[in-house]
Amino acid sequence: MAYAGKSPWVIHYDGSSCNGCDIEVLATLCPGFDGERFGVINTGNPKHADIFLVTGSVNEQNIDVVRQIYDQMIEPKVVVACGICACSGGIFHDCYNVIGGVDQAIPVDVYAPGCAVRPETLIDAIVAGVAVLDEKAEKLKAEKKGRA
Amino acid sequence: MDLTGLLITLIGIIAFAVLAPVLGCFLAGIDRIVSARMQGRVGPPLLQPYYDVRKLFEKEGVTVNGVQDAYVICALIFAVIAGGIFFSGGNLLLCIFVITLSSLFFIIAAYSSRSPYAEVGAARETLQVMSYEPMVLLFAVAFFMATQTLMAPDPTMSFFVAPGSFDVGAVFSLDVPVIVCIWPVFLGLMFILTIKLRKSPFDLSMSHHAHQEIVRGMTTEMSGSTLGMVEILHWCENVLFLGWIGIFFVWGGPWTILIGIVAALVAYFVEILIDNNFARVKWQFMLKSAWAVALVAGGINLAVLAFL
Ligand code: SF4
Repeated sequence: MAYAGKSPWVIHYDGSSCNGCDIEVLATLCPGFDGERFGVINTGNPKHADIFLVTGSVNEQNIDVVRQIYDQMIEPKVVVACGICACSGGIFHDCYNVIGGVDQAIPVDVYAPGCAVRPETLIDAIVAGVAVLDEKAEKLKAEKKGRA
Repeated sequence: MDLTGLLITLIGIIAFAVLAPVLGCFLAGIDRIVSARMQGRVGPPLLQPYYDVRKLFEKEGVTVNGVQDAYVICALIFAVIAGGIFFSGGNLLLCIFVITLSSLFFIIAAYSSRSPYAEVGAARETLQVMSYEPMVLLFAVAFFMATQTLMAPDPTMSFFVAPGSFDVGAVFSLDVPVIVCIWPVFLGLMFILTIKLRKSPFDLSMSHHAHQEIVRGMTTEMSGSTLGMVEILHWCENVLFLGWIGIFFVWGGPWTILIGIVAALVAYFVEILIDNNFARVKWQFMLKSAWAVALVAGGINLAVLAFL
């Protein structure tokens, strides 16, 4: 059995969001919703995080940062695109500097739509992410066993 | 140390290596639930720290360099040895030196990554060691003098032959617990316990709360199983430090150990309360206040014991 899903530590990065989604992400992590019931902990360190919550679209300025954070995270890891901007570029999709959704930079596992994304949607998305996380952890375990 | 003494210490170390992580894990779980309740939340399951560590060991093995793991393992081993020495009734001074060695290994582990954030954490941990060490050493001296005072009330005896002892086991031959004559030292130790348990307001080098941390302090470059070992190290340390608190309340019969355990748990609760009510302070304040407490509580207490 994989323990990854029992302790999903999250890291939050704000791409070029209008801050609407950021506030919702923080609201999701606040005592009212008590994510710690499911082991969710907010970390500031990509090396400790399992779930990457990105808000806002990627642009020329931040695409390297998003990739950098993703690369620093350690397998198994899951990316959740929070808000419609992060999913597809949203209202900013045709801005001259916007490349598009987060999936233009890194592989995204769960898309959480909404403008701004509601905490309830986010919790659903994180739960879906946890399932993906477990799947990846099992795969990694099997790989490790295969190598040994 | 004779052969039986050595054997008892060895058994103590093995027992500590097995039991301390389990106890420490439960303590950490209780800590998180109590903290959550204090913040009006439900909190995680009791075994959440265990799940966390299991997860960390499942993670892919990535490390910035080969030696970091070795240093963390050394820190863990010395913490276990220190715990074994203490709980088998061994020499308190030796226990303190070995646990300090463990802290030093951990600091070197953080420095070895060459990451600026980890280095900030390591520099701060060094300051923390500087802050609490005087009080810890005074605690050992006070313990010695307390056993001396309580064992040999005979004033005709010269200072040099009075049978004071650094041995933790010596408390079992006393008629009253050592706290009766070194309670100021106990209060001082409670003060620096906040630093040792890495609780706010003195969690400068690495905090469990992301919102008051520069990346992640000392553990910035530690991940996966290395971070898991750091967690286990932290559990073992907590058990040992609560043991230090408990020993103040143990005397004569073995049943008094229960009083010690209750006292340690109360102390732990107080620490959680402090943790949840204070924001992190600057290191200057930590250093000054810890030394002031050591000087006043420890110094006056020792002076009284020495001259009365
Ligand atoms: S989805 Fe809406 S609220 Fe969220 S970042 Fe985009 S514009 Fe702002």
